[in-house]
Amino acid sequence: MDNAAIDHIINKYQGQARFLIQILMEIQEENRWLPREVLKTVSEKLDVSFRQVMRIATMYKTFSLVPKGHNEIHICMGNACHVRGAERLLKEVQELTGIKPGETDSDGKFSLEIGCCRGNCCSGPVMEIGGKTQDKMSPAEALKNYE
Amino acid sequence: MSKILIKIDGREFEASEGMTILQAAKEVGVEIPTLCYYEKLEPYGGCRLCTVEAEIRGRSKLVAACLYPVEKDLIVRTRTEKVDQIRKMLLELMLAHAPASRDLQAYAEEYGADKNRFQKESSFCIHCGLCVRYCAEIKKKEVITFVDRGTNREISFIPEIASQECENCKECFPLCPTEALQAAYVLTQALSFPSLQSVTE
Repeated sequence: MDNAAIDHIINKYQGQARFLIQILMEIQEENRWLPREVLKTVSEKLDVSFRQVMRIATMYKTFSLVPKGHNEIHICMGNACHVRGAERLLKEVQELTGIKPGETDSDGKFSLEIGCCRGNCCSGPVMEIGGKTQDKMSPAEALKNYE
Repeated sequence: MSKILIKIDGREFEASEGMTILQAAKEVGVEIPTLCYYEKLEPYGGCRLCTVEAEIRGRSKLVAACLYPVEKDLIVRTRTEKVDQIRKMLLELMLAHAPASRDLQAYAEEYGADKNRFQKESSFCIHCGLCVRYCAEIKKKEVITFVDRGTNREISFIPEIASQECENCKECFPLCPTEALQAAYVLTQALSFPSLQSVTE
């Protein structure tokens, strides 16, 4: 991510330090992760100490300090999904992608996360890829669409 | 500055406005145990070991003495059964993290805390924030910070600044209530393996 892109985002918020979280969120959205250099640039531009930026970037789950894959897979581990076989789904997805929760595969295609409740319990066990619920198909089929 | 009449453990005291219970108690000569308190820093209220019972208008509640400002007709009790129980529990929880700490052990003896009550999880850090706050408030270097959250929260030096500043300072080390070595360890780790820092996922 280059400086111009960061500047563009920071300018949107008039470079105000109180929008730090929003700025980081937009960078995260665009870049899919927060490299250390970017955080440093943000801290300089907003005149917020690097310490504070790090504290916030490590605090919230939205932010990732390691690269994320193009397609983020979320598997729900909530009660309803658990009962309907989330464990088996997770195991199968792990075998298909070769990554564990919290990891990203080597070609940056997928990263896997587990979470609790994606708000779609009736079609559980829920798997989301790139923010879209994958319904009525096998994990292999779902993943193939995003290869 | 108007004077406020308060009572601490039965002793009357004329406190001035803006004083905290802890400061007033010190004047009176009542000792309240603290871990995260340091005169030069803003009170933090992190360790809760200074919890006391404060009674106002007939109602009593538990407050952190280092943060609670004195008010009119305040009655403070520092060693009730309830307070002692809370302190004992806090000490036992903290001892699970830092069993070797001398400060903690001394308090544990006083309050009868059993250091083996909870399963050991020796992180050597009780999150008192003394080093973090000292660096930010007094040295104004902001080299050390808390990262992550919840059970994963830990102190971390920022290697880029630490390599320039920490060598000549190290003033945060002796502040640590658990073990001065802990900060030393984290600093060495930050300087030797900057890439490991804060990669938390």
